[in-house]
Amino acid sequence: MRKRWTWFNITSVIFGFAFLYLPIVLLVIYSFNESRLVTVWAGFSTKWYGELFRNQGLLDAAWVTVRVAFLSASIATVLGTLAAVALVRYTRFNGRTLFTGMVYAPLVMPEVITGLSLLLLFVSINFARGFWTVTLAHITFSLCFVAVVVQSRLVSFDRSLEEAAQDLGCPPFRAFTLITLPVILPAVISGWMLAFTLSLDDLVIASFTSGPGATTLPMKIYSQVRLGVTPEINAVCTLLIGVVTIGVIIASLLTKSREVRRRRDEQAALGNH
Amino acid sequence: MPSLGSIRRSFTPWDDPGAKPYISFQNVTKRFGSFVAVENLSLDVYEREFFSLLGPSGCGKTTLLRMLAGFEEPTEGELFLDGQPLKGVPPHKRPVNMMFQSYALFPHMSVADNIAFGLKQDGMEKAARDERVQQMLKLVKLEEFARRKPHQLSGGQRQRVALARSVAKRPKLLILDEPLGALDKKLREETQFELMDLQQELGLTFMIVTHDQEEAMTMSDRIAVMDKGIIVQTGTPVEIYEAPNSRYVADFIGSVNTLEGKVESSNGDRVVLDGPDGKITGALREAAINKGATAWFAIRPEKIGISRTRPEGAVNAFEGEVWDIAYLGDMTVLNVKLGSGAVVQAAMLNRFRLVEEPIGYDERVWLTFGAESGIVLDR
Repeated sequence: MRKRWTWFNITSVIFGFAFLYLPIVLLVIYSFNESRLVTVWAGFSTKWYGELFRNQGLLDAAWVTVRVAFLSASIATVLGTLAAVALVRYTRFNGRTLFTGMVYAPLVMPEVITGLSLLLLFVSINFARGFWTVTLAHITFSLCFVAVVVQSRLVSFDRSLEEAAQDLGCPPFRAFTLITLPVILPAVISGWMLAFTLSLDDLVIASFTSGPGATTLPMKIYSQVRLGVTPEINAVCTLLIGVVTIGVIIASLLTKSREVRRRRDEQAALGNH
Repeated sequence: MPSLGSIRRSFTPWDDPGAKPYISFQNVTKRFGSFVAVENLSLDVYEREFFSLLGPSGCGKTTLLRMLAGFEEPTEGELFLDGQPLKGVPPHKRPVNMMFQSYALFPHMSVADNIAFGLKQDGMEKAARDERVQQMLKLVKLEEFARRKPHQLSGGQRQRVALARSVAKRPKLLILDEPLGALDKKLREETQFELMDLQQELGLTFMIVTHDQEEAMTMSDRIAVMDKGIIVQTGTPVEIYEAPNSRYVADFIGSVNTLEGKVESSNGDRVVLDGPDGKITGALREAAINKGATAWFAIRPEKIGISRTRPEGAVNAFEGEVWDIAYLGDMTVLNVKLGSGAVVQAAMLNRFRLVEEPIGYDERVWLTFGAESGIVLDR
């Protein structure tokens, strides 16, 4: 049955998208505003982008954020993947349910609590707060997201692939790196990207665990906004949106084209059988 | 007593008391928690044998293979390969290769890389490796598919890649877990003969798991019929089919009629059973049977004669009514209902295209068979 476009459908789609994207579109538009006053339109200009690249404070914060995000995402991916493997493979060990619950708990834990508890930990062990504490904190909370993503892929992974590799003379660890890892790699990569984005836009946990010299971009933006929104902030946010959008589009294109190709190949294989 | 007959008379190491078994399971038990997958099982398989483990799903046959490949360790008992104990030897150090039911082809590698994988693990040089891969591709007739990925192949081609990969290292023992399960009937029949040729050509020992009795009968030197973790009977296909040791085996392989009765008299290897439809004289499989015990006469449908009148001098003859007729082309199967209500299946080979007055529904017919045509079983 073909679905027709009725006025009701069209209106609800427009309202839905407006609800989701109107604020973002406004932000993007105002980032090209000539005027220093954010709410008054005074013609098109890209001067705030130029201004942005002369603002050393923002650039430093961006650099810290990227480093934290890259490092924490990478480490969280390794640990999260290992956790996922353990959870999927070893279905029978004492306290498995507890372990699973404990890996997932941070998913639903309010960020304020995660941040506060990490702060207390760092203070009590006398760990100087700065770049490393933010990174550690980000590893902690993004690890479980990676674990969830990788675990859902591993569940459908045919274990006999790894067994076949071992059977052909490959020791277990090498079998994992040569066979299992390449097969689940898309999930691992999307886990990494998820962790990277989470770290990139985290404000709450970073505020709790950061120290002098390790101000992340969200923290910087937030502190500046408290003094009043400047068009510079709009420009920075537009750039961030651009980066994230491009990343998401590339990722979805990659998975989609792979899926399409796979399906076409399978059809062809069935044909020449 | 006339012989059961045999197809490959020349190869019977299992009858030679001096022969050294190649694979030896000794009182092997495997438990998963409280579930007993394999129970106190002993089995010897000889070099160059084509050995089948046959049984319904969950009977422990795959567990047996996985213990041999090293993916499971026996809970109790020991396993020997060529005289060497296998206890504690990890899968990658066992001189055994396995072909998986799902084929387990590496999806991110080409056909050639899949086949070369095991050789690479052994550190074989590239030139020698490439040559071996070419050989294997030729063997399974997939030369022009070398650069394809597994998902670009059909089911039959994938199966052949899996086979090539598992024999590429020239293992002395190849384990096959339901190797033909995913193929359609026609392809399966072709592949059965290809597997047999390959086994002969490479001089390998094959240990194969299947739930398809026809497949086991076609390919094997010997078959072990399993049920709930134990081997019920081991024997050549002829022995298993013609001299099953229990109703379970008789029923698992082919079709069989089992007629129940009490032992009235037993004289040598002849037993007379008293059943609800009359007396049945049959051959005894076991050494002795107690008078008065319940026993079953098992007879295959194709060994029953059908006629409209009672033939002269028949040892066993029962009258019944034709209940169902199934025309299968090569033969016609009749279900005949006896006086007691028991339904006996009888098969007639259709040797002539045209038959005058074929037997029809509701007709009264006589079923006859000799004492040697069936076997008396006590379990």
